Amino acid sequence: MAAPFSQTRESPMSSNPEQRPNLYALTWRLPIIFWQLIFFVGPVLFMVAMSFFLVKNYRMTEAFEFVNWSRMLTRGFFWDSYWYTIGIATLSTVCAMCIAFPAAFALAFRASESTQRWAIFLLIIPFFTSYLVRTFSWFVILSESGVVNAMLGYVGLGPYTMLNTNFGTLVGYMTLTLPLVVILQTVTMANIDKNLIEAARNLGCSPLRTIWQVIIPLSKTGLIIAAIFCFILSFGDFVAPFYLGGSQEPTLPILILDTTKSGQQWPRAAVVAIMMMVTLFAIAFTGIALAYRKGKGAK
Amino acid sequence: MYRPTVTSSLFGLNRRQLLKAGGAAVLTTPFVSRAWAATTEINMLAWYGHGEPDVVAEYEEANNVKFVPKYYAGGDNMLALIAQSPPGTYDLILSDAEFVQQLNAAGYIEEMNAADYPLDDMLHEDFSQFPGHWADGKMYSMILRGGHLGVSYNKNSVTEEEAQSYACFWKPELEGKVGHFDWHLPTLGMMSLYDGNGAGLWDLNDDQWAKVQETTMSLRKQVGGFFDYGGTFNGLKNGEMQAMCGIGDWITGVLEKDGAPVASVIPKEGGIQFTESYSIGKGSEKADEAKKFIQYMMSPAGQVKSAQMAAYPGFCVTKAGRAALIEADMAEAKRSHQIDGDSQDPITLIKEGRIHYRDIPQQQTLEDWNDFWSEYKSA
Repeated sequence: MAAPFSQTRESPMSSNPEQRPNLYALTWRLPIIFWQLIFFVGPVLFMVAMSFFLVKNYRMTEAFEFVNWSRMLTRGFFWDSYWYTIGIATLSTVCAMCIAFPAAFALAFRASESTQRWAIFLLIIPFFTSYLVRTFSWFVILSESGVVNAMLGYVGLGPYTMLNTNFGTLVGYMTLTLPLVVILQTVTMANIDKNLIEAARNLGCSPLRTIWQVIIPLSKTGLIIAAIFCFILSFGDFVAPFYLGGSQEPTLPILILDTTKSGQQWPRAAVVAIMMMVTLFAIAFTGIALAYRKGKGAK
Repeated sequence: MYRPTVTSSLFGLNRRQLLKAGGAAVLTTPFVSRAWAATTEINMLAWYGHGEPDVVAEYEEANNVKFVPKYYAGGDNMLALIAQSPPGTYDLILSDAEFVQQLNAAGYIEEMNAADYPLDDMLHEDFSQFPGHWADGKMYSMILRGGHLGVSYNKNSVTEEEAQSYACFWKPELEGKVGHFDWHLPTLGMMSLYDGNGAGLWDLNDDQWAKVQETTMSLRKQVGGFFDYGGTFNGLKNGEMQAMCGIGDWITGVLEKDGAPVASVIPKEGGIQFTESYSIGKGSEKADEAKKFIQYMMSPAGQVKSAQMAAYPGFCVTKAGRAALIEADMAEAKRSHQIDGDSQDPITLIKEGRIHYRDIPQQQTLEDWNDFWSEYKSA
């Protein structure tokens, strides 16, 4: 059988010095390179430079001062926000992964292909609507005079305060991330070779042990990618903690807004943004390294 | 039989020429009329609501102008928007009074001719020479409206008597039910008043500033959230928040008109006045149009529009404006106490010394106050 990627054709970026670069292939790669340079690398470099600028009379002036870094990183409220944001984003990731897993498992192993397709379609639908609108709709459901408390009232419970709490923030995060996590988990598990699961069961593995020792290890990469996506989206989300969490403990995105609102301190906001990016890069790289790390005995 | 020929028709034009002339006239008429009636666009920088149809539509129609509003939230935001735009970008600038001085110092606004405006018809003498609006005997901004900030509360959980002091925010039953408008200036001003700083609420020495921070921190356990305009509105409307710090009738007034059991009062420690003023942007090519609009807003009809503004109400600053409001909308005049002899009449409150004009910190920087606000939020 032929190898999926033929070794007979040289890569356009071959290290052979006599090999001329394949301009045709390079041309097709240019748009994405330009895109990344213009809309990612460029703005990031500008943001790094901006973190050293100064604000005078509400106008940014070019400078190379470390005052913004020292001012932000020595403030207790910055680190309070930092650890709170990491904590709540981690909690959001754990919740989303746990809630999504049974649904994804059922879709991957119990549902017909037609049901799977419909389920994926229905999970994509929320992305057609504005996240802000979906978040505001929770006001009606979670307020003290809302739907949930009204139902609890029938059985003599409540009313409970759900808005302007960590619970409210988490509900917002789930609104944002859960459909995506279910989709990623479902696609990952649906691609597992069913023969391996059957083999485990035939060899006497209990259902729970099959999940732990066969399904989860085989879908490790997809699960970690889903978790990384969930963490990144929660970590950077402004809407849920602001509107459903009542900004009670400011997350880093809220701190960015607060910093720019007063005195137009965009350079200090840039410091917060860079810290967020560094954190996310570290977590994403660690996660991806874990996802693709080969287990013992793997070739 | 005589058959008239086209050559003998009107003015001796033949049919072809007549059709050509008619066609040309028909085709060019729209352009001619558009040229005659070209709508002038006026760029306005303002808080939300000032460029909305309920305020400007009548004026636009009558004067063939079109307002292009750019809305901001907060004086800092306004200054930044101007600083980052070329001169002449904004023809009309509505700002909070405490920021006029900075607008003028930075050279962002034009001098105005005092004789163009009804300064002799002001409801309070302060309004004629409002702090910061004049420099070296020259006028730079025209006060348009104001509103008072105090204790805003839900009548079902706070009595009117309790609301007579900021102490009601610490009421045990309100734990987790006190909301903040997410801006440090009004709330810290109120805490300063509660600490007894009176007229010196913005001019705090180190000890007074430390005490204000301590007082504010002691309120943290009562706080249920920090909100923008929409969040504040929702929090009070759905009952999640039973009292609000940092706002006044400009929000509860809208809800009250909608039937919500909320109100705002000026407590015994005093209240804060927000004041909004119009200036003409430096380098504006439509300064005359801008002046004309400011004159309209200062007229009785304009003052009524301002007082009834759908986004948030404000009180009239001219005597003629108040009289027109009473005549046009007695219900709103009564609700907002803009009636001579009413004990909560905003002008009476100013005269009694219970109202202090909003300002910026005198001995600390805005950054100091904002940093403390961030600490407070994360506490």
